[in-house]
Order: sequence, then C-alpha cells, then structure tokens
Amino acid sequence: MTTIMDPTDERVPIAREVSARPQEITGSLALLDISKPRGNVLLDRLEELLHERLPDVAVNRYSKPTFTKPAPQTLRQQIKDNNDFVIEALAD
Amino acid sequence: MSVLLPAFSLRDLGGKTHAFPRRTKSVLCFVKEDCPTCNLVMPLIEALPGEAGEAGLDTLIIGQTAEGNEALARRHALTAPVLDDSALKVSFAYDVETVPLVIAVDGEGVEAGRLVGFDKGEWRTFFERHAKGAAVDWEAYPDWRPGCGSLTQDPIIGERLRAASENSPLRARRIEVAPDDDVHEFMFDQGFSDGLPVVPPTPERVLRMLEGTTRDPQSIVATIPPNMAPATVEKIAVNAVLAGCGPEYLPVVIAAIEAACTDAFNAHGVMATTMGASPVLVVNGPIRRRIGMNMGLSALGQGNRANATIGRAVRLVLRNIGGARPGGTERSTLGNPMKYSMCFAEWQERSPWPPLHVERGFDAQDSVVTLFAMTGGPSLIVDQTSRTAHQLAGTFGLSMESAHHVRAHNMGDCILVVSPEHLDTLRTENYTKTDVRNRIQEVTSRPLSDLVADAVSGAGLDPARAASMPEDKLDSAAPKFSSADNIHIVVAGAEAGKFSAFFQGWASGPGGSMPVSRKIELP
Repeated sequence: MTTIMDPTDERVPIAREVSARPQEITGSLALLDISKPRGNVLLDRLEELLHERLPDVAVNRYSKPTFTKPAPQTLRQQIKDNNDFVIEALAD
Repeated sequence: MSVLLPAFSLRDLGGKTHAFPRRTKSVLCFVKEDCPTCNLVMPLIEALPGEAGEAGLDTLIIGQTAEGNEALARRHALTAPVLDDSALKVSFAYDVETVPLVIAVDGEGVEAGRLVGFDKGEWRTFFERHAKGAAVDWEAYPDWRPGCGSLTQDPIIGERLRAASENSPLRARRIEVAPDDDVHEFMFDQGFSDGLPVVPPTPERVLRMLEGTTRDPQSIVATIPPNMAPATVEKIAVNAVLAGCGPEYLPVVIAAIEAACTDAFNAHGVMATTMGASPVLVVNGPIRRRIGMNMGLSALGQGNRANATIGRAVRLVLRNIGGARPGGTERSTLGNPMKYSMCFAEWQERSPWPPLHVERGFDAQDSVVTLFAMTGGPSLIVDQTSRTAHQLAGTFGLSMESAHHVRAHNMGDCILVVSPEHLDTLRTENYTKTDVRNRIQEVTSRPLSDLVADAVSGAGLDPARAASMPEDKLDSAAPKFSSADNIHIVVAGAEAGKFSAFFQGWASGPGGSMPVSRKIELP
C-alpha cells in the first residue's frame, strides 16, 4: 500500500443544472459583448434580427471591459437585474 | 507539575499484550538488537527484579525490530517481556534518540529517572535507588560506552513516523493506492500529471519538501484561478514533489505562485486564452547559484533540474489546485512546450547591464522571480556577421518584427535573451539596454500605410479604416512595441554562439497580463 497526498483542491465539483427554457421570449434581453474583435459585428446583426422577429422585446447592450477576465460582479448583477434573457457573444 | 509518560500497549514474543502505565513501579528499556551497548546492558536489565513485588519493578524491554527482539531474548536468555515496537510508534512517542534508554517510572506513571547509553557510575546509582539487592558484578563492566542511534532517528523512518503522527503538519487528503495498483499509472489516471511521469507525493516526501521553507504549511499563499481554490504551502509542496523539485526550490515556487495569482498577471486569462500563453519565469539574485540554476549553456533548454522542475511545479499548481486543464478552462488552440515548464536564470555576472530585478526596483542582493505571459519562444535570432552594436541591435528588431505577424505593431511585452557573444558585440560600442530597446523601436517603425491588410495577407490594419485616415496619419510611424519598456532584456546562454532569442507576449497591460516580480523569501 502506497499513501500519497492529494495535489488537488479536494473540492467535489458542483453539478449545475441548466435553467428550464421558457416557451417564448418576452421582456428584456441582454446582448453581452465580451470585447473580442468583431464580436460587436455579430451582436449588431443579432440585434437587427431580434428587432425584426421580436419587436416587443427590449434589447440592452453590455460589454465586458476585457475579454481576458471574467465579467465584473457589478456588470453581472446589472444584467441580471434588468433582463430576462442574455446572449453572450464570442468572436474568433 | 508531573508529566505523565505516553501510554502504550504492545505485544511480547508470545503474543501477550502488555499495557502501560502500570499500577506499580516499572522500568522501560528501549533497545535494538544490533547495538553493542544494548547487548552489554542486557544482563543488567535481566538482573532487575522481575514481577513486581512490594519492592520490585515491572521491567518492560521495548525492542525496535521483530527479528532482533527474538535474537536478543535468545542470546541473553531474557525472562522479562520483550515487546515488539517494530512499528516504532512507542519509540517515536518517547522521542528516543539513543539506545539503550532506560526510564524508571513511579506507580503514578511519572518518570523517576533515566539512563542513556552506559555510564557505570550512573547505572550503579540507578540500581541502588530502584533495584537494591540485584546481584551485579560491576567490576566486569567498562566505565563507559556510548549508546547507538535509535531507529527513529533514521532520516527516512523518522519522516515516515512524523508524517503519520498525531501532530503531523500535513492536512491534505491522503490517498491510499492499493498494492495491486501501479502508483505511477494511478496518478496518470487521476489526472495529476501534465503528461510526463510525476514523483509520487508520499507524506515523507512532502514533509521533506516543507523543510525548504519556514512558512506555516497551512498558511494560504494565493487563491488559484480558475477554480479560485486556496493554495496552502502544503498543497504547493505536494505539487513541487510531483514536479520533481528539491526542497531548496520551494521558496521560488511559492514566490512564483504569489506572482501568478495577482490581478496584474491574470493567470485566469493566461491559462484560458486560445492563443496558448504560458508563464515564463526568470530568476535573479543569489538564489540562482544557491540552488544550481542554469543560466549558461542551454539555459532555455533541458538538462537542469532546478530550471525544469520549478517551472513545472508552477504549471502543476495551476493545473491541480487551480483546475486549469486542457479541454477545461485551458483552451489553447495549439498549446506550446512552455506549458510543461519554462524557467531560467539571468547570467547577471556576465553582463555590465543592470539585471532584470534591479531594473524592476529590487536590490541587487534580493532573490527575485519575474513572471511573463508569453505565447511563443524562444525564437532564435541568428546573426553571425554583424560587427557593430548598431547592426546587431538592428537584427534584433528585424527578427522580432515577426512576433505574432509582421504587421502587428504597437504590441505589448516581449523578452529578449541576449547571448554572451552578442553581448560582447553590443559592448564594443558601450550599448546600454536602453540603446538596444531604442534601436529595436527604430528599425521596426513603419508608416501605418505599410501595415494595411491586402491581397497577400488579410491580417493588418483594416483597409476601410485606413481609407478613412488622413494622409499624415497614414504616414505616421508605428514601432513594433507600444513602448520601449515592453522590451524586457536579460542575458543568458553559452559563451560560444552568435545566437540570441526572443519570446513573444500575449495581450499586455491591465486588460491582459503584465509582468509581475516577487521577492523570494529564503528560510
């Protein structure tokens, strides 16, 4: 029998459940630009399509200060408080 | 206040259990069979009164090896019980340094005197006090004989016992690997490895590693992204064992982890980026020589334990504690070999220039590790024909312009590693580091109109944007690096060879990663 010391953080991974998907999109929708080049191009087009197909849904635009770091807590809270849905746009 | 001796329960050669403390006076005799002085005193121990009578003593012989105990009993025809302490737990609990150790105990379990080794005068006094009437021919004994080291003092055995004891400094989860399991395969299966074999972090090895620092094993060095897991000194030591470090490297690893987990360095982004960035560690100051780091021939390559394992330990900490694993939060498109390890020392003594750590505000006598987030390198700069500093620094610039893409200008940090032969060429004109930096900026400065994307390559300045720029803007020159200060220069390499090298960076500045230096706290 060999005993070794655990090199990991010893935390059991937390299983996350995906939220139930609503049948229709109503209320406010956030478009989050993670600030990678040309992410705004994708979001601009998405916003156009959303306005065409869901004219009653308000679209709010947000952007992260830098794509290299997680979104600041205040930004996440702001998105959560003011929106019912969020679409996060990558690039590359 | 009287201190009670540790309680124990051991079996004798016949399998009978003997518990301590006893209700009577007793004598505990710690011995090992291959100790000549133990063999010398065995007749004396046998002469102590046997089963406790009113004036008698209970004598318990505590032997340190099972086979040796049988040999001792046979050789000396012992009648007192010989107890098996081959696990050495009782010897460890009594902190036995030398055998024979004889401890007289009163009826309350409190020590009433002890003998270490053999000093005839002391033994006679002991017998007069505790075993009056025992028949001993003292003339047959020498005046003095030293004892032998207890088996608990054997370095490897001592570490095992210390690791298993109740006051062990180790708190990490212990994993039992079954005898039928190959421990190396087990560690691969658990994902503890970067793909190369790792050293099993047994409790003994982790204890030995912790001797490299005076910091409390449970103190938290940093919170490691992306899992934001606390990294204790002990956990870092476990990963340093995995990486193959010696204990004397641990302070460098700890300082590097402190640097990596700052907001400025942004380890989360460095690990996660598809560009494949990785920490590059440069070590300065006296510790380089103390731990035998390589700063000369093949400084950026393989073959030196300190260089190879310090960088690897940092990566394994980020992987195992922080959770940065390829396919998880580590998303590098291609990866690069620096992700195994990239750590070297600057050859300060070979250079007339201020070394990296002094440029960054530390004292020359400080030992310092500096971390850079680099995406590629070392890329070789070949120039065997330039004879002037002006030409050679020009070569550096022309070579370094290829970083990321020749049209990528106003870039962030890079590292330029100047080899000794190239350094000598630069010294012919007394070039300073500032001169080298300025020359690189000079030869790489191009008008924006030269940097516009075209049919040859779609990378570069957006043509639509360029079209909207006024003429004088398009004519303005952009150097390769946004500031000369982004060019970090160190000296390393062999005496022979007109080859230098550079590492190219990642997203620089507060929105990406900035170089971070930490002083290495030596024990």
